[in-house]
This record gives sequence, structure tokens and C-alpha cells, in this order.
Amino acid sequence: MEEKPRFLSLLDGITGILFLAAVLLVFFYAPLERSMGAVQKVFYFHVSTAWVGMLGFFVSALMGGMYILSRKKIWDMIGFSSVEISFIFFFIAIVSGSIWARPIWNTWWTWDPRLTTAAVVELIYGAYFLLRQAIDEPQQKARFSAVYAIFGFLSVPLTFVSIRMLRTIHPVVIGAGDPTGGGGFSMTGPMQVTFFFSLFTFSVLFVDVLWHRIRLEKLESMMNKLRLELTS
Amino acid sequence: MRNYLRTVITVVWKDIVGEARNKEILTSMLVFSLLVILIFNFALDLDVQAQESVTAGVIWVTFTFAGTLGVNRSMASEREGGCLDGLLLVPVDRSALYVGKALGNLLFLLVIEVIILPIYSVLFNVNMLVPGFLLVVLLGSIGYIAVGTLLAAMSVQARTRDILLPILLFPLTIPILIPAVKASIGYLEGYPGSWIMTWLNVIIVYDLIFTAIAVMLFEYVVEEWS
Repeated sequence: MEEKPRFLSLLDGITGILFLAAVLLVFFYAPLERSMGAVQKVFYFHVSTAWVGMLGFFVSALMGGMYILSRKKIWDMIGFSSVEISFIFFFIAIVSGSIWARPIWNTWWTWDPRLTTAAVVELIYGAYFLLRQAIDEPQQKARFSAVYAIFGFLSVPLTFVSIRMLRTIHPVVIGAGDPTGGGGFSMTGPMQVTFFFSLFTFSVLFVDVLWHRIRLEKLESMMNKLRLELTS
Repeated sequence: MRNYLRTVITVVWKDIVGEARNKEILTSMLVFSLLVILIFNFALDLDVQAQESVTAGVIWVTFTFAGTLGVNRSMASEREGGCLDGLLLVPVDRSALYVGKALGNLLFLLVIEVIILPIYSVLFNVNMLVPGFLLVVLLGSIGYIAVGTLLAAMSVQARTRDILLPILLFPLTIPILIPAVKASIGYLEGYPGSWIMTWLNVIIVYDLIFTAIAVMLFEYVVEEWS
């Protein structure tokens, strides 16, 4: 039986503390936004979860490339695990965005480029799970997921560009020249601190959860091996 | 290089000959397309006013559905007949097999489009023989088939093969469907050229990127073909 690595336990603790700090920052340090009020606070975790989502999808495409080049099972494990985590985080981002959109845009959902792209991305990675499920042979499964992860990730920017050419109302907070209309705002100093701290926290959280997920996958394959030995 | 071309032509020729014998793919694609148009006619109540705004959409949905059908069938017959098994044993570049299959699929889809467009024009009294629009149809079909052929090669090897292809293919081809529909509307309604060009550019970029990646990745999809 493989022991839980010391550093992983340490990382669990660090993640917990960071997360608590992020929550405290969001609620007590970041000032109230003038026109939107308390609902704006969803922004910090909304962008962070979306960021973790995209990060994981990027990792999966990268791991897909690594797997195809080296054929090591570990790359497939990392790739699959990060898609699984990112799928959930991206979903959280969509839901938290909806919660914000209801009072600000007066609707849960609009067919805005970012929202539509997010929906398409979820569908792509939903298809990724179905693809994996439909194949039994492990190496074939790994190869196909690698190819699909690469295709999927590359299509995302094009999807975004093509939908963006239709009108957008999603606020552009970072790098925006004119943050007005549609619920945009400019961040003050404490807001920026909170924002970047949340981004950092969620990145750490991603690494921590990913590590756990990979370990789970390893334990599972070990268990299967043992079971085979017992029955044969 | 000449060897490569010869392989491509052989694969395309094989598909054409096979299709000429049993006419499976073309007939099913054609009948299916006509049915889709018929259903749209009832579902959307395609009168003169509605037509203008939805023609491009209806046409592209028809082509996407028919394309999925054709691509799926052409790969499934490779699997059933064991033909690709033999081709994979031949010492040629595997991407040549992909290019051949993709060209064959593209050819079938284009044949269907050439038949469907005049029929649609007659049925709904819209002029579809606009050169620009035909160019959009060609470019859109290239990108769609490029991705479709590769994904079909994966999905026919999976357990749930018939239902898997559309699920894999549709979300990936959204970036080609949106600009294709938009550019089609542009040409059919006579919008300014610069507006259309931005959409055409997206289609061209998609075609280039995805054809290139599909050519590179095909060999990983067919190794240990089962």
C-alpha cells in the first residue's frame, strides 16, 4: 500500500488556509462595489473557477501531446484527471456567473460569446467523457482521449472568436479600456489584491485536487491488479 | 511525393468505385437531406418572409446532418469490409490514407450539395446560385469533413459507434458553422464584402488549422485498428 505523500498532506493544509483567507478577503477586505453591491463579490471566485477550468483543459491538451509522443500511462492519467476537475470548476463558473447575471443583466442566461463558448466547452468535454466510456482497451482509450483533447482545446479560441463577432455584453474587467455598460467596473487596489489572491488560491486548489485525483487513479489500477492476482 | 499522391488517388478511387456499385452513401445522404428540408418546412413554416432569415441556417443544418451520416457510413464500411486493415499493412504514409478518405467524403458531400441546392432553390424560390455562396459552401464543407473524417475513424472503433460521432463532432465544428451561416446570409442577402470577408477568414483559418492537425494525428487514431 502506497502511503500518502507527506508533501500532499502539507499541500492540503496550505490549500485550506489559503481558501479560508480568500473567503475572508472577499467578504471583509474587498470593498463593496458602488453600483452592484454585494453580488459583485461573486466575481472573485467566478473568474477563479473559470481560470482553473481553462487551465485544466490546457493541461489536458498538453498531456495529450505528451502521451502521443512518449506513450507513458501517467500523462493520460494527468490529462483525464485534469479534465474531470476542470469540468466541475467550469460548471461552477457558469452557475456563479448566472447568479451574478440575474440581478445585473436581469436574466439567468444570454447568448453572449463568453457564455456561449463556456456552454460549448462543457459540451466538448462532456463528449470527451463519453468517448472514454465507449472504449475498453486502455491504450486505445488513452490515444483517442489525447487526440480529442488536442482538438477540443484548439477549437475553443476559434469558437470564442466566431461568437464574439456577434455582439457581446459580458463585462471585460481586465485589460478593458472602457469598463462601462453591461455591469463592468474598474477594480480598486483592495479589489485587485482580493482578485489575484483568489486566482492564486484556486490554482493551488487545482494542483492539490489534481494530485489527489491522480493518486486515486493509481490506487485504483493497483487494486485492479491485486484483484486479478487473487482471482487467477 | 508521387507515391503519396498515388496512394491518395487510389483510396479516393476505391471509395468512388465502391459507391458506384452499391450507392449506399449517396442515396441515404440524399434522402435524408430531403427529409430534413421537408421537416424544416413544416417546423418553421417556411413562407416567403421566414425564408430570407432562415435559409442559410436550414441549408447548413441539412449539410451537417447529411455530412455526419456520410462520414460515419464511409468509415463503418471500412471497418466491416476490413479494407482499412489491408491498407494499413501497406508501407505508405498513413496520412495519405486520411487525405484519401477525407477527399472521398468531401466528394460525396459536394455531390449531395450540388443536388440539394437547386432543389431548394426551386422549392422555396430563392436564388442560391450565387458564386460567393457556393464558395462558402465549399470552404465550410472542407473544414467539416476534415474534422469529421478523423473523428469518425475514432468513433467507429468505439462501442457506441453510431451515436458517438455527432456528439464528438458537433461541438468541435461550431466555429465553422457560425461563420458559414453568417457568410452565407451575407452572400444571399447581398451584404457588403468587408463584412462577409471577416467571416470567410474564420472559415479559412479553421480549415487550415484543423486539416493540418488531422493529417498529423490520423496515424495515432488508426494504429492497432480494431
